[in-house]
Amino acid sequence: MSTFWNKYRYLFFRRTTQIGLLFFYFAANAWGWTIIMGNLSSSVVFETIPLSDPYAALQMLAAGAVIATDVIIGALIITIFYMVVGGRAFCSWVCPVNLITDAAALLRRKIGVDNFAKRQPATRNMRYWVLGLSLLISFMMGITAFEFISPISILHRGIIFGIGFGWAAMLVIFLFDLLVLKNGWCGHICPLGGFYSLTGKFSLVRVHHKQENCTECMKCKVVCPEQQVLYMIGKESIPVLSAECTNCARCIEVCDDDALGFSIRKLVENKKKGE
Amino acid sequence: MKSVTERDRRKFILGMARGAGITALGGFIWSAYVDEVTASPLVLRPPGAIKEKDFLRTCIKCGLCVEACPYDTLLLAKPGDNKPLGTPYFIPRDIPCYMCPDIPCVPVCPTGALDESSVTTNGKLDINIAEMGLAVINKESCIAFWGIQCDACYRACPILGQAISIEYKKNDRTGKHAYLTPIVHADACTGCGLCEKACVTEKAAIFVLPREVSMGKAGDYYIKGWDKGDEKRLENAAEIKTKTEISKDKAVDSLNSGEDLY
Repeated sequence: MSTFWNKYRYLFFRRTTQIGLLFFYFAANAWGWTIIMGNLSSSVVFETIPLSDPYAALQMLAAGAVIATDVIIGALIITIFYMVVGGRAFCSWVCPVNLITDAAALLRRKIGVDNFAKRQPATRNMRYWVLGLSLLISFMMGITAFEFISPISILHRGIIFGIGFGWAAMLVIFLFDLLVLKNGWCGHICPLGGFYSLTGKFSLVRVHHKQENCTECMKCKVVCPEQQVLYMIGKESIPVLSAECTNCARCIEVCDDDALGFSIRKLVENKKKGE
Repeated sequence: MKSVTERDRRKFILGMARGAGITALGGFIWSAYVDEVTASPLVLRPPGAIKEKDFLRTCIKCGLCVEACPYDTLLLAKPGDNKPLGTPYFIPRDIPCYMCPDIPCVPVCPTGALDESSVTTNGKLDINIAEMGLAVINKESCIAFWGIQCDACYRACPILGQAISIEYKKNDRTGKHAYLTPIVHADACTGCGLCEKACVTEKAAIFVLPREVSMGKAGDYYIKGWDKGDEKRLENAAEIKTKTEISKDKAVDSLNSGEDLY
């Protein structure tokens, strides 16, 4: 039992955060709870603290909108928070699309799609192109370009306010990740993930690899949605410094040899200096 | 060694070119889609909404106004609604705006897409100056214009007597009855849609359209000469120089030229 818990503890916490947040957002609209109101684009906590999606604010800026103080404060709070805990913690701990793409990745592993589709025909840098493109379209057309197509918003709004035909978009993403491209949406295309990869560059919470414990079983690389960040497995005892790591902690859980764990970045660097 | 670096460089250039190519293709589809969905002008926004063009770039689609609405009037556009995705709107025939005096939907807006100052007079919230839309009447389907007595819209109007008034006219067909027909006044109508909701006809004969759609504009060349205030508009009037074949000469010259004018 305790091994089972060890294997899934972070997954449990992640799903609790994701679904818990969704529930509180839902309750705000359905029963008027005031814990957290709005949605992931912009929310209010306890009717006082504003939170805003910094990427949405950036698009508004590019589109030439006048940005209200609440949005600036809210976007700053979110940006600073993710600068500390690792930008893409949003992706694996909050974003509801993660539930869909994780399910697709799980099914993909179970039915063994990767056994015959080894080659990944797309670059993970695509998200930065999409990010740039979204700002360009926002600027040229005077609208928040990604916010009008974002599957994240479609799903999150859908759960809170009613999804309409949005389920079709979710099905497309599921099938795309399952059959076309492994970790296709979250790991290749999503510009919000790209945005947090950039802002979380210097974040403090990092996964750390202990090479001396590693048996090179590569279980971590199999579950990792961004396996390029784990290039050091079995080679070097260093933290995962790429901000494309979503801090989902699946690698820590699947590791049988205690070769991976969370650490704070600064401490790691200090320790190195001390040696 | 040299061949390896050259291959790397070629690979890099090819990679960048592929990225640019996919980006261009994606950007084309993306911008075409966004252009289409935002082109729909027939959307009624919550009170205090700024001009549609600014609204589309300012609204962050958080739904706080929707949550604040006590009558569930406001909806967030979802896929399939054929409205700009995620933006708030309402359909008066289903649920109109009941014009709450404290306007709960407006102050919660974090972005200013719903502008509190546009629904404030003398420092107090005033829903009566909201401009969500303008009711228009299709008199062919309005039974009051047939001569049947109906004042449902007039009675439903929250600014009774000002936004909709009833005009009396003799019914020549019978010779002894009157037409009691509704007239909408744009300066008072907020576009709340209570009239549209109340309308008794199968499909509402009075309905709310966005002001941009339902209102005309006289321009600066037609001035009420008897109205001092209206004459002021002349100060902003732009001059137009026509450059047709005829306008090259003075009017008198063209009369004297002896040639055919057309």
